[in-house]
Amino acid sequence: MKTEWRGFNGVRWQREVNLREFIQKNYTMYDDDESFLAGPSEATTFLWGKLQELQKEERAKGGVLDMETEIVSSLTAYGPGYINEDSKDLERVVGLQTDKPLKRAFMPYGGIKMAEQACTTYGYQPSEKLHEIFSKYVKTHNDGVFDAYTDEMKRVRHNHILTGLPDTYGRGRIVGDYRRVALYGIDFLVAEKRKDLEKMGDQGMIDDVIRLREEVAMQIRALEGLKAMAAIYGFDISKPAKNAREAVQWLYFGYLGAIKTQNGAAMSVGRVSTFLDIYIERDFREGTLTEKEAQELIDHLVMKFRMVKFARIPSYNQLFSGDPVWATLEVGGLGTDGRSMVTKTDYRFLHTLENMGPSPEPNLTVLYSSRLPETFKRYAAIISVKTSSIQYENDDVMRPVWGDDYSICCCVSATQTGKEMQFFGARANLAKALSYAINGGVDAITREQCGPSFDRIEGDVLTYEEFMPKFDAMLDWLAEIYVKTLNLIHYMHDKYFYEAAEMALIDTNVRRTFATGIAGFSHVVDSISAIKYAKKITIERDASGFAVDFHVEGDFPRYGNDDDRADNIAVWLLKTFSGKIKKYHTYRNSEPTTSILTITSNIVYGKNTANLPDGRRSGTPLAPGANPSYGAEKNGLLASLNSVAKLPYEYALDGISNTQTISPDALGHNDEERALTLVNVMDGYFDQGAHHLNVNVFGVEKLKDAMEHPEKEEYQNFTIRVSGYAVKFIDLTREQQLDVIMRQAHGRL
Amino acid sequence: MKGYIHSVESFGSVDGPGIRYVIFMQGCVMRCQYCHNPDTWPVSKGQEYTAEELLDKAERYRGYWRNNGGITVSGGEALLQMDFLTELFRKAHERQINTCLDTSAQPFNRDPVWLAKFEELMQYTDVVLLDIKHIDAEQHRKLTRWSNVNILDCAHFLSDMGKPVWIRYVLVPGITDAPQYLKELSAFLRTLKNVERIEVLPYHTLGVMKYERLNIPYPLAGIVPPTPAQIKNAEQILKGGDTTC
Repeated sequence: MKTEWRGFNGVRWQREVNLREFIQKNYTMYDDDESFLAGPSEATTFLWGKLQELQKEERAKGGVLDMETEIVSSLTAYGPGYINEDSKDLERVVGLQTDKPLKRAFMPYGGIKMAEQACTTYGYQPSEKLHEIFSKYVKTHNDGVFDAYTDEMKRVRHNHILTGLPDTYGRGRIVGDYRRVALYGIDFLVAEKRKDLEKMGDQGMIDDVIRLREEVAMQIRALEGLKAMAAIYGFDISKPAKNAREAVQWLYFGYLGAIKTQNGAAMSVGRVSTFLDIYIERDFREGTLTEKEAQELIDHLVMKFRMVKFARIPSYNQLFSGDPVWATLEVGGLGTDGRSMVTKTDYRFLHTLENMGPSPEPNLTVLYSSRLPETFKRYAAIISVKTSSIQYENDDVMRPVWGDDYSICCCVSATQTGKEMQFFGARANLAKALSYAINGGVDAITREQCGPSFDRIEGDVLTYEEFMPKFDAMLDWLAEIYVKTLNLIHYMHDKYFYEAAEMALIDTNVRRTFATGIAGFSHVVDSISAIKYAKKITIERDASGFAVDFHVEGDFPRYGNDDDRADNIAVWLLKTFSGKIKKYHTYRNSEPTTSILTITSNIVYGKNTANLPDGRRSGTPLAPGANPSYGAEKNGLLASLNSVAKLPYEYALDGISNTQTISPDALGHNDEERALTLVNVMDGYFDQGAHHLNVNVFGVEKLKDAMEHPEKEEYQNFTIRVSGYAVKFIDLTREQQLDVIMRQAHGRL
Repeated sequence: MKGYIHSVESFGSVDGPGIRYVIFMQGCVMRCQYCHNPDTWPVSKGQEYTAEELLDKAERYRGYWRNNGGITVSGGEALLQMDFLTELFRKAHERQINTCLDTSAQPFNRDPVWLAKFEELMQYTDVVLLDIKHIDAEQHRKLTRWSNVNILDCAHFLSDMGKPVWIRYVLVPGITDAPQYLKELSAFLRTLKNVERIEVLPYHTLGVMKYERLNIPYPLAGIVPPTPAQIKNAEQILKGGDTTC
């Protein structure tokens, strides 16, 4: 056995890459309370203080502290960088994306125009030389996509029935198994990839094989690049990590490689807590590490995740507001053998929110089960009550599908760590499809013939019998153009912006998922319910006879009240659309999945969506994710949760996002009581098979005050959960802040 | 038998032990100046439900109740529909559902027929949330238009039968927060043997809009909610700084 592996159990993982076996054979369960945790070290407090000063400066400068214009980002483009050059010895974990903290790298491979626009937006002058190179000599992902787009694809994009497509930026959502760097060292991983390459091509040099051979060769080069990158910081990562500090550092280098080479919408860290705990426990046994030092390692690692930055363009920021990177990191969960996988390091990660205060990144996610230790559930809930910085996802529905070593690769989507990658597909606006069905494929905002020109509904009254076949046909059309567009985008992304550094840490024989998404979910459900159950819906037409508004007589059930009449429509809609997606060929034989998740794009989508039969006004935000519509919930929080819990996860394997804000006064009289109530709420919700819950605990008054007085010290790190991620509230635009405030906080009179 | 229901709330977590399904009954004769639900006053309105219908709805939330949750009936004044309430709680107990009654006790009296019914109701009631509006008889009348003699009598009655009671007290600056009243109330509460908890509820102005909608003049216009310091002070006087007794 290698000396770096001393004291570890298990055999198979030593012969070939098998992180799961390593973890299952070696981790130490922990089911006691949080009293063992250590506060921040002096170094942590000092460095975090420095970083907060930089963050303040960044905000004062309009959101960007510094930006590269002359150097194209790569694994080895820069010398070493530190949070604070004079105190670099205090950093237990080192490595920055560029040479300076919070400085944003120049990444032109997604598209040179966007990279340059990101610079000019913040007052930086892009390099003329790089402009020439990337317009004349190097083709980008964006160039490739627009070479191949059909007119129809451009039309659906321009009309915003498909929005947020990753055709101008990195698709992200690929989680390299960064733990592999720590457990095996680079040389072992290179040797494994070489073996894969040797075996490839025996059955003939068909396209698929040629492409894969090229990709694996790029992966090997990226692995060598990781080694060179680490050497810049004075570390040799060719061999496995010898102790906890090295394991944390090696793992971070793996992640750093990803964020130096890709600006994907979501650059997630993955499930690392139980893995790292094994190293920490071994150091404890060997007497070389104290609890204080262990916490310091985790604090410093998390500090690095809090520093990840990408240069973005305004239209991107509108979709994904508040500068998120989705450095999603999971804790908790159960093994397939039923044992809790909670370790002390799961506590340590949550504890970073106490040691360094609330933060949107990393996107801390608790893989929840009512069977997790009560002590851990309670601690997570306490942290939620205090910081509103964590989200919960149901391990009991994900484990049967993805096993017990999956990660969350964006907001809410599961992916088997090191075994899978995902083709991210943004979302289709089904609320617009509903409008198209009524108006014969003509867009109500642009008045262009965007969809197929079916007969529009001509009568004055909107009936279920007339509407449904038209809507069904419109969904058929939308699903087809959606899948085709994504196929094209991902072909080009593979070709021009391949994620070699991340894919190098994933099995060569990778399973691919094809993640489609739905926007406008609750509005479509309520509109169909109105059409079906209200006494009468009269169509209001403009001079040209175009349906511009709907007048509903009588009441109708709305999604969000645990009323089966509306909720069955919700289930039907999900099953129907995901079923239609599955009819088409998906790129590289990927497996189609669907999400009900909008990020903050619900606002942009809403802007491009006209009046709907459920009463939603033109231009107003859509409800986010799978949330019921604003004001639709008439029976309180649990009724709303019950409605969302009815959506079957098997039909939305890419995730069902639900964000709820609960006023502290409605949750209990003190934090302890609030935490216990929250645990009860989550047990009840997740035991029904619900998938996800974002929990915010604050009152509307606090939001209003933060909006009016963003300068107050207490709001500098005030973090809130939005659909699928967290943001600092003061980093949202006023429009988005108002949207958050408008969503009814669950606090009863 | 049917009850007249104002509304339901699936998530009550400060209305008795654990998470509660809260049923607001229609109808109340008290006219508390700070009432934030004036829409529950009329007796003859509301939606009709049978006990079974309500319990079927409530049971959708059993998964959230775990060991300590259940249903809480509030109002309006629930005791105005005592026959229905008794049936509801009896059937709830048949289904192993914990029951909690939130009442101002205004209908309480020692009429033997009424009292027998109340005793029967108490057989199926696990916890009573007893709202004491004011300890001073005169002030109580001013605040609610009714006497508090029978209400305090009810507190004693419940104490004698050993029924677990949570006392709830709305703190309104200038009306219910004078130290002498708080001390008087505290002394009264100490004569009771069954008080498990004392809750000070800060007066809030969230009901004002309802008054406007109903075209009822708002009696407490201009009064601001108590500050955290005022709340803490009241809590200290009422329970000596403890959250439970």
